[in-house]
Amino acid sequence: MSTSRTTIFAAIRQALRTPRPHAHRTLPKPTTPDFQLWLPPVGATASEWLDQFRERCNVLKTRLELLPSLEAAAAVLGQIAHEEQWNRLAFHPDPRLQKLVELTQRPSLCLERPGAIAELADCAAGITLCESLIAQTGSVLVTSTTCGGRSLSVLPEHHVVLAWREQLVPDLTAAYRQLRQRHHPDYPSMISLITGPSRTGDIERILVLGAHGPKRLTILLLDAPE
Amino acid sequence: MTQTPPALQFQRDAHRYTANRSERAWIRRALRGYYAKRDENRDRFSDWAAARRAAAAIKTEAIDRLDYWLEMFEKNFSAHGGVVHWASNDREAREAVAQIVREKKARLVIKSKSMTSEEIHLSAALEKENCEVVESDLGEFIVQLRHEAPYHLVFPAMHLKRDAISRLFHDHLGTPETDSPEELTMIARRAMREKFLRADIGISGVNFAIAETGMISITENEGNARLTTSLPRVHIAIMGIEKILPRMEDLALFLPMLATAGAGQHLTCYNTLICGPRRHDEVDGPEEFHLIILDNRRSLLLADAEQRDALHCIRCGACLNVCPIFQNVGGHSYGTTYQGPIGAVITPHLRGLKSWKHLPAASSLCGACTEICPVGIDLHHHLLRIRRNGAIASPRWWEKALFEAFALVASYAGLFSLASGLGRWGQSWTQWLRGSWADPARAWTRGRDLPPPPPQSFRTWWKQRQAAEP
Repeated sequence: MSTSRTTIFAAIRQALRTPRPHAHRTLPKPTTPDFQLWLPPVGATASEWLDQFRERCNVLKTRLELLPSLEAAAAVLGQIAHEEQWNRLAFHPDPRLQKLVELTQRPSLCLERPGAIAELADCAAGITLCESLIAQTGSVLVTSTTCGGRSLSVLPEHHVVLAWREQLVPDLTAAYRQLRQRHHPDYPSMISLITGPSRTGDIERILVLGAHGPKRLTILLLDAPE
Repeated sequence: MTQTPPALQFQRDAHRYTANRSERAWIRRALRGYYAKRDENRDRFSDWAAARRAAAAIKTEAIDRLDYWLEMFEKNFSAHGGVVHWASNDREAREAVAQIVREKKARLVIKSKSMTSEEIHLSAALEKENCEVVESDLGEFIVQLRHEAPYHLVFPAMHLKRDAISRLFHDHLGTPETDSPEELTMIARRAMREKFLRADIGISGVNFAIAETGMISITENEGNARLTTSLPRVHIAIMGIEKILPRMEDLALFLPMLATAGAGQHLTCYNTLICGPRRHDEVDGPEEFHLIILDNRRSLLLADAEQRDALHCIRCGACLNVCPIFQNVGGHSYGTTYQGPIGAVITPHLRGLKSWKHLPAASSLCGACTEICPVGIDLHHHLLRIRRNGAIASPRWWEKALFEAFALVASYAGLFSLASGLGRWGQSWTQWLRGSWADPARAWTRGRDLPPPPPQSFRTWWKQRQAAEP
């Protein structure tokens, strides 16, 4: 046990012997569900969530495509690949992603083994699944175990997400609850909440998209069973 | 070589900066856009005031049982395979990182934004180990090239115009000059890509440390922290002890508040939770994950029960944005890692009251900082408390004498009458003195006018009025 650790904890315990002077500082601990009373409102139905998600995507400059089938998604994906002249698109092992990529008939890279990461830097696009979509904020939740690792969703210039309508949850609280239910206690080593393409305001506080992360974020949202 | 005392340096820098009206106007313009967006997003909250109280309550819960939550955090964090290093002060923190750099024989370190790493002067220490350190955050990258300190907690380069940045990139990177912010950002993107892929070690900060799940949370817009913590073989994170948050679910409140107050955004682009190095079943990620937990006199601030809530700070920068002093003296004048009202409160604790008690004195006490703080820190009252503590610790004999003299005069009506009569008489014929070298109060009178002396005192006027009434 390090002596610094002992010193720090001793200092903390000694410091906490003196209580704060103001009684009103001990406010009642709020229970998590109460957050929604104060945060921006979110709809009550799945249809309202979709509208809210669409509105958020519009503000964030995330491209959202609502599609009836995997084939329709492949058509849109192929069109984007052609417009942007993708040299290669990367994806992680999953039968639905596999099918989607095959349908687009473009050169691809499947991140099956650690060595493949070295080739990822040259890929124009990365396609991943996601854990959930959050209506209140227009966010996509990805993890390193279910969505192809840490780099796939951030290194290529265009990040595409394949998602299903039933993955849409109303707010952050619901998203965290679902994460806990699915993964606790063996959490993925990285869990990221992505809200729009990468951006910066560091130059004269002017918004520029595509700082270091993806310049473009596209969500292919399937209106079909998962 | 003796260093200029911080108080004197502050006076000089502030004086020089306030004379620069174009820079001040530039900063005000930059902030106007922020105010509009912040208010827009704040109004979307169903109840911002209640959200603030809740955030304050959660942070109170965290800080008032800091040892409990830190122990829980350490246990859960270590269970995921991360290594914790405890650092009592900046020297120990620097040494802990330097040790890892040496062990790994690292030549290139890439950093994402971390004010804590600035606090401990980490980059200079690593450069001594013959290791190149690159700041990946665009604003930090810019000020690093200029060998400058960050101007603002959240927007390190907000004082610079695009032509200055263009010239900077031209001189250091050999890129063609441009006046497009988009092109300048792309230049930085291209320059940084190679560094991300080549770096041996990635160093990040920590916005929140989640006790219950043993995870750290990093908030950013650019994606550079995502890359810093994904590509290099080793990830080192640095945090102060106060970053603790009890539960993962608390982020559902804190992330939107941090985004709204700090940048006027609904939610920041990337909010990432990291627990441990890569898992055996994951395709990429660092093989090692080290976390430096730093005290560096935060426990002293904790011991000051009156001002303990300053440890609630989530480093959003909202108080800087609303502070009239910050807007007019600029971030560099403070001469510290942490600027603005929060900087004025914590710096005397972290660096010593005697040398830094001048910062709380540079305040109009408007209270805008306290009003905007999302975690309920009583900022403007702390400024008063530090001034009080400073006066008790190093009393000025003439100040004490003046106040004692005033107390004496004010205790006797006759004396008070005499004194105010003398004052009125003196005011009129010392007019020529005012503001000149002979005026003992010239620091005040140089920029202020006293109102003209009235023809008679209130008491005299009242007596006359009473006598005149039937």
